[in-house]
Amino acid sequence: MQILRRILIRLAASLVTLAGAAVIVFVVIRVVPGNPVAMMLPPGATAEDIQRLQELYGLDKSIFQQFLIWLTGVLQGDFGTSISLRQPVAELVLGRLPATLELSVMALVIAVGLGGAMALTATLWRGTRTEGAIDVAGGMALSVPDFLWGLVLILLFGVLWPLFHISGRISPAQGFEFHTNFYLWESLLRLRFDVWADIVAHMFMPALALAIPLAAIISQLLKQSLKETLHLDYVTLARTKGYSETSIILREALPNAILPTLTLIGVQFTFLIGGTVIIERLFSYEGLGNMAIDAVINRDLPLIQGIVILFALLFTVVNFLVDMTYAALNPRLRHA
Amino acid sequence: MKLTRRMVLQSTAAGAALAASGLPALANGIEELVIAYNVNLPSWDPTVGPSAVNPTIQGLYQSVFDMFIHQNPDLSFDKGIITDYGWNEDKSQIWMEVREGVTWHNGDPLTPEDVVWSLERAGAPETGNPIQFIWGKVGNYAIDGNRVTADVNEYEPTIFKWMSFLTGYVLPKNYYEEVGAAGFEANPVGTGPYMVEKFERNAFVRLKANDNYWGGAPEFKSVTIKFVTDAASRVAEVESGNAHVTLEMPYEEFDRLKGKAGIEGTAAPVSDIGMIFINDVEAMTDPNVRKAMAHAIDKQLIIDRLLSGYGVAIDTLQTPDYSAFDGSIKVAYDPEKAKELLADSGYGPDNPVKFTIQTTRGFKPKDYEIIQAIVGLWRKVGIEAEIEVYEIAKHYELRAADTLAPAAFYNWGNAIGDPATSTGFAMFGPSPHAVWDGEELVQKIIPLWGEPDEEKRIAGWKDVDRHIAENALVIPLLQYVQPILHSDAVKVTPHASGALLPHLMTRA
Repeated sequence: MQILRRILIRLAASLVTLAGAAVIVFVVIRVVPGNPVAMMLPPGATAEDIQRLQELYGLDKSIFQQFLIWLTGVLQGDFGTSISLRQPVAELVLGRLPATLELSVMALVIAVGLGGAMALTATLWRGTRTEGAIDVAGGMALSVPDFLWGLVLILLFGVLWPLFHISGRISPAQGFEFHTNFYLWESLLRLRFDVWADIVAHMFMPALALAIPLAAIISQLLKQSLKETLHLDYVTLARTKGYSETSIILREALPNAILPTLTLIGVQFTFLIGGTVIIERLFSYEGLGNMAIDAVINRDLPLIQGIVILFALLFTVVNFLVDMTYAALNPRLRHA
Repeated sequence: MKLTRRMVLQSTAAGAALAASGLPALANGIEELVIAYNVNLPSWDPTVGPSAVNPTIQGLYQSVFDMFIHQNPDLSFDKGIITDYGWNEDKSQIWMEVREGVTWHNGDPLTPEDVVWSLERAGAPETGNPIQFIWGKVGNYAIDGNRVTADVNEYEPTIFKWMSFLTGYVLPKNYYEEVGAAGFEANPVGTGPYMVEKFERNAFVRLKANDNYWGGAPEFKSVTIKFVTDAASRVAEVESGNAHVTLEMPYEEFDRLKGKAGIEGTAAPVSDIGMIFINDVEAMTDPNVRKAMAHAIDKQLIIDRLLSGYGVAIDTLQTPDYSAFDGSIKVAYDPEKAKELLADSGYGPDNPVKFTIQTTRGFKPKDYEIIQAIVGLWRKVGIEAEIEVYEIAKHYELRAADTLAPAAFYNWGNAIGDPATSTGFAMFGPSPHAVWDGEELVQKIIPLWGEPDEEKRIAGWKDVDRHIAENALVIPLLQYVQPILHSDAVKVTPHASGALLPHLMTRA
């Protein structure tokens, strides 16, 4: 019952968050300077032309009226039509979501792998120059923003040693017909490893750029947790039993030390998704973030609203899942 | 298990090998031309929405669709889908001859009905064509064989020039009506030199040569245009050999790369100018201040120092390739004269005239830096301008509301080179694009809108330009130069409109 109550409270809070996000984004993008009609006015347009286009896009109504129209549509599953792309917003954002999710998940996997490896290596060789070197590398990884890592990677692995693709999600020459927008998973499940490798070669650099700062955070936190756990009595007992240091770290300390890191990973995943906006642009990756920038440039109000609402929904869902997972894993919270 | 350094190194090497398994297909030969383009293509309908009036996107549209009237790389007009055109004697009607033997990409023949439908659709307010105010000036079309005639609702001397400009595209009547707007977006059909083979929004478009193109089949049978909006990534695409052609990068990068082995650079002036709008408010109502502002700017110095010499200094809103260009109109760089003018109005370095100048930052090459340099030059003669940075969207909104700051930097494109679409729209007070509202200028411009004698019309605009220059009602700065980097295996012909057109590219 406790868990059910907790779930219901979190769900209600999530709905309030979403509604708040919807109102804020709706009002803010209409208050800031620049409207879509001004953006598409050609030289020579008259006041009547402006009025005609305002009416065409419903921008002649008050913000409150516009919000009511939009909300009524949203409650019926209609998020409006993009002004610049002239397609239903829901179709557009849901079409792009898989690309961003795949990129984020790949970045997360790299971050966990890289951060975990750094933490374990530093713990294993703690007090040596290896740990010092890893700490310095972690500091550098954290102090440089992801888009700069992106530029460094482009220069290194796109130009100097052209190992990976600089832009896009898949080679234009690939004739493979996808049934879903989850290209990475679909190519894997349909055993088209050539296509899969091509997609990975496109995704690797943007994913790595996103992953590097997160890997440093994971590394620092996990290393700290491991060090604290290594001082506990049960670890000392394992050591007296003659277990190797590697075995002690991996089998005894890691399972307990990893809990705070898991929570952090969940929270950081939402930031990772947010970070895709700039990285997708840099690598011309056809995800939600890239589309968001175009939408802002064109002042495509319905599309901006749709993307922001979807991002808010993603954040809410991920946070909800993190909360629930943490509660399930932590007995003190489970029985609170 | 004991983890050793050797194991860590081995794992790292294995990871790197896995990551490298999908190496990009580097420079696949030149059979497939790859272009790294600087903008995304939001929509395949070239007549509706913001992309319809975005000059940079026109190169993509012109690869797939034909304009009513063809425009050559030097901005001159040529036979296109419409092979001949003109007015009747009293200019109450226009007539057009439609080219025979043209086929749409789906194999259907192009007919005069397609031309009429495209023009009627463009002129219908409900379609949302942003240039409807031009297309609506003719109507009541009639077809006789390949000849189309239409009644003039309101005389518009530039109507045929607009047929080579924004939204002036011929679309397929039957196909569009059959598939609808959504179907057309999914599978666009034109008569242009290339056909759309595959389109991934925000990623790329693959084009296949239209071997039946009336203007001759393009040399490259397959073209991939990748949308790479970030300039650093675009440069990397060419530098790494992943793309053969790209455009619009910092001039420093252009100079660095054009000398590299295998890479060449092409830089040519385009129909896009940088200028300072002057709003007739505050200190700008004083002619001495305005004239001093103009005389204090060393345009060539700015071009040389900030744009690496890539730019053409201009003194009117006409570039040398526009029809109303008059090289005798000069506004000299003369700081001493600027000081004298300011002194006449009681200003000087110790008592500077103060106002705000607005500018974008990063929207055009070195826009903010140019304004910084100008403000520095102004300071020397007794003008203290405070720079306000704004987004381009805000500029449009402020300009439409006539609430720009006393001075505002902007760029103006005019691919048809007509004075009506440069000086006319930028300086005619009642237009939402103009901020100088002086009645004297309005009265000079009004007769030119409907002037039927072309020579007289052009001469009239030259007089207007002279009046503007003498009174410093706007400060034209420079004509931009478009940098294009390309493989030395490709010959690129730049188009003065700024459109990068793959069918103008050949093997070197």
